[in-house]
Amino acid sequence: MELLAFGKTGWGDELFYATLMTIAVSITAMIIGFSFAAIFTPLKLSKNKLLNFIANSYTTVIRGVPELLVIYLFFFGGTGAVMYVASIFGYNEYIEINAFITGAFAIGIISGAYSTEVFRGAVQSIDKGQFEAANVLGLSKFGKFFKIILPQTLRLAIPNLSNVWQITLKDTSLISVTGLVEIMRQSYIAAGSTRDPLFFYSFAAVLYLLLTFVSMKLINKLEVKYSKGY
Amino acid sequence: MDFELMINSFPKLLNAAVITLKLLSVSLIIGLFIGLLFAILRLNKNIIINKFAYGYSYIFRGTPLLVQIFIIYFGLGQIEYLRTTFLWVILKEPYWCAIIAFALNTGAYTSEILRSAFQTIKPGIIEAGQSLGISSKIIFYKIQIPIAIRQSLPAYGNEIILMMKGTSLASTVTIMDLTGVAKYIISTTFKPIEVFIVAGGIYLFMTFIIHNMIKFLEKKYGFNS
Repeated sequence: MELLAFGKTGWGDELFYATLMTIAVSITAMIIGFSFAAIFTPLKLSKNKLLNFIANSYTTVIRGVPELLVIYLFFFGGTGAVMYVASIFGYNEYIEINAFITGAFAIGIISGAYSTEVFRGAVQSIDKGQFEAANVLGLSKFGKFFKIILPQTLRLAIPNLSNVWQITLKDTSLISVTGLVEIMRQSYIAAGSTRDPLFFYSFAAVLYLLLTFVSMKLINKLEVKYSKGY
Repeated sequence: MDFELMINSFPKLLNAAVITLKLLSVSLIIGLFIGLLFAILRLNKNIIINKFAYGYSYIFRGTPLLVQIFIIYFGLGQIEYLRTTFLWVILKEPYWCAIIAFALNTGAYTSEILRSAFQTIKPGIIEAGQSLGISSKIIFYKIQIPIAIRQSLPAYGNEIILMMKGTSLASTVTIMDLTGVAKYIISTTFKPIEVFIVAGGIYLFMTFIIHNMIKFLEKKYGFNS
């Protein structure tokens, strides 16, 4: 228990902040993923073959390649890419992107591929009559989307999105290879300096379990709230 | 684009892909047995056995694979007693540690897949077996298990692909699998995009093969045929 004391003698406060970091990265990645899903879901559902192809290659490639490889791509390639773009605008100094942004972006792209599939499935499982009814009522395209399609999509998507959240949360452990101090990295540091890896990695496992447990409870509440009318 | 690097690194990465496939197949075989065992325990009416099996799958599905590998590779070596037993021969090798972690992980997911398959078997099929006077042991081995395996093929196919991606974590414990070699080449040449395209292409090809194999099996053994 001494090892977990707060302050200078133990690792309690460090691990607490690391946990907050894990939560922050997961939420950021999830939001980035949603924005990717917002772009690629319509492309996936569109009738244009080219747009379809683009969206399908995104989800297939990302879901077929290990997360760790994607993270290495961003970790080693991110700085180069940003500097290349900056050089077009005439900025030639060295730019370092911090580990949080690289990590959140890498995990976000992965999580976005899964979210895209979830939203596609949800839109497709909405009853066709709903689209027709909206047309008959003479709703504008905007009104049809925001008032009819989106609310139903969200309700149908929540159970599967909770899976995506679990995947995203667990994937953040992989960002530790880039040096961002989240639960896994902090445990690694603590294990190295105390020579007690068994304890710290087991404690990390407990922290992850706690996070998944609590978030599942919260998501279940959301699920109940959004399916009230059914 | 450095095409020369892509061509030069291809054979190296292909060799590493063999290690990835070895890790995958060995851990899947062990994991299948673990999964079957725990699926059966889950269906047991004894509440302690039942809860134990549930706890196992909950813990392994609720924590990242990376934590599991680190606990087994770095953590277990710390226990002095283990070092004196024959287990140490296995646990000092990163290769076997990775396989143990993968097998336990995929075992947890497999047990969930098989459990739900067992639970969706229509009771009429079992009753038919009973009324034919077949013993419950044979009903289980000859009727329930084959049906459950058939039913769980699509979900298990997904699990195989997830596990293939999971084997990339072996590179964190010094095993030079496909991701490990890719990382090595990236960090020596600083050409991440080229290496990513080649290594990612090999992974996608393996995903494609696994996907089609499962599709073929589903067609051959599925209910719709």
